[in-house]
Amino acid sequence: MLSLNNISVGYKGLLAVQDISFRIDEGEIVSLIGSNGAGKSTIVKTIAGLIHPWQGEILFKNAPVHQAQPYDIVKMGISMVPEGRKLFGRLSVLDNLMLGAYAVQSRADVEKHLQSVFNLFPILKERQGQRSDTFSGGEQQELAIARGLMSNPSLLILDEPSLGLGPKLVSDIFRIVREINARGVTVLLVEQNVYEALEISARAYVLQTGRIVMEGQGRELLKSDHVREAYLGM
Amino acid sequence: MPDQLLQQLADGLLIGLMYSLVAIGLTLIWGVMNIVNFAHGEFLMLGMFTSFWLFTLFGIDPIFSIPICFVGMFVMGTLIYRFIVSKVMKGPVLAQLVVTFGVSIFISNLAVYFWTPDFRLLPATMLQGTWQIGGVDLSIPKVAASFGSVIASVSMFFFLKRTKTGKAILATEMDREAALLMGINTERINSLSFGIGAALVGVAGAFLSTYYYIYPQVGGLFGTIAFCVVALGGFGSIEGAFIAGILVGLAQTLGGFYFDPSYKYAIVFMIYLITIWIRPQGLLGW
Ligand SMILES: Nc1ncnc2c1ncn2[C@@H]1O[C@H](COP(=O)(O)OP(=O)(O)O)[C@@H](O)[C@H]1O
Ligand SMILES: [Mg+2]
Repeated sequence: MLSLNNISVGYKGLLAVQDISFRIDEGEIVSLIGSNGAGKSTIVKTIAGLIHPWQGEILFKNAPVHQAQPYDIVKMGISMVPEGRKLFGRLSVLDNLMLGAYAVQSRADVEKHLQSVFNLFPILKERQGQRSDTFSGGEQQELAIARGLMSNPSLLILDEPSLGLGPKLVSDIFRIVREINARGVTVLLVEQNVYEALEISARAYVLQTGRIVMEGQGRELLKSDHVREAYLGM
Repeated sequence: MPDQLLQQLADGLLIGLMYSLVAIGLTLIWGVMNIVNFAHGEFLMLGMFTSFWLFTLFGIDPIFSIPICFVGMFVMGTLIYRFIVSKVMKGPVLAQLVVTFGVSIFISNLAVYFWTPDFRLLPATMLQGTWQIGGVDLSIPKVAASFGSVIASVSMFFFLKRTKTGKAILATEMDREAALLMGINTERINSLSFGIGAALVGVAGAFLSTYYYIYPQVGGLFGTIAFCVVALGGFGSIEGAFIAGILVGLAQTLGGFYFDPSYKYAIVFMIYLITIWIRPQGLLGW
């Protein structure tokens, strides 16, 4: 579905990600794990079109997208929920969701996506008129994910959705990610909660200072010494 | 004496609503793009001259020039954004300051070149005369401009809060990157906002031309006051600009009344300085 081939990218002459390749197949949950500053966000920003690679290509459904603009990439069916949620805090929950559906043309489709999102997150339906910056951290993350789903993506990218949440909320988020995937959405999950991420992932890539150092099936990586030492503290 | 005070309050309110109308477009551009449009006062001047020439050459009354100014200045605003301002949006802040400053000087010099630096006044138009209500004189052109200001502010308010495009403008203002991720073409939003900002100040120019001197440098004073209004109201806040415009108008006339008319602008700028000292984000800023 998505493949990155020999991507190098950075900021203002500073290389952050070097020559990485990976792929995501339809229906999978794939995790990208690695410590702070490894280059995870840089990679997903590149996929979303916010920055453009210096080298390499990105193919989505066999079409090159590495020079496309973010708003065109959304229309193609990739939606990214950015690190730190980036909600429109002064707007209501419903406005945030409607902005998530900005690229959707038909009103009937918007309504359909809204109902399916409300179905997944009943609390958003109850509190749709509330300003989003009055929400707690966990609720904000739910809203951010819901907003990301409003464009009805075939690929959903989540950049550290569990960041800053307590253990109970973290497991809620992972349950939701599973549920979204069960509904037919392919998921690229960026995480530092390595254990939970690997548990629900079909496959995973381990990123270290801008390079992919390991890849494999989620449960397999959980058993690997490197992952256990570096990320699970065992 | 109370009559005189009432008269000052009325004058302050009317000039203040004109300031609001001038400032709305500036605050919109500032909020969305985070750039200071130094050419805003010159856009006002172009609106005034458009109305002047349409009247002088074709006998079109300023009332009917209003929609022409709106559309004409909208087109000019989007073109200036596309071909000049957008080129430096990714550059350093200084480049953005210099570019709109350059545009302002270019426009006002061009106006001097074509139209001479002379002061002009429109002869009697459909908007003329005064109403007397309870001992207070209300200038009809100023009352009309105030109506225009209220209508413009209210329409902008509902446009931003209620329409899909308006919400996209707000989203871009709050978080450009997030807006891009929603599928919003933020370049298009920039150009649209620049166009609307210019169109609104063009309308202000058409109204102002019915009772104020029309000359190439007129933008300097109004532009500076508009900056104060925007800063006072909170950058990007339409409601803030509306209220701050009225406050500045009242401060100016009451200040002139109680102290000395020659201090009236000094008082405006003093209020501005005190506000940004106590509340840097402005009255309704966030
Ligand atoms: N906007 C930016 N400008 C310059 N350098 C950046 C920027 N964003 C990230 N970096 C650098 O790129 C590297 C990778 O960062 P990032 O992709 O955010 O890592 P991660 O998401 O894995 O924590 C880091 O060294 C970081 O300092
Ligand atoms: Mg990151």
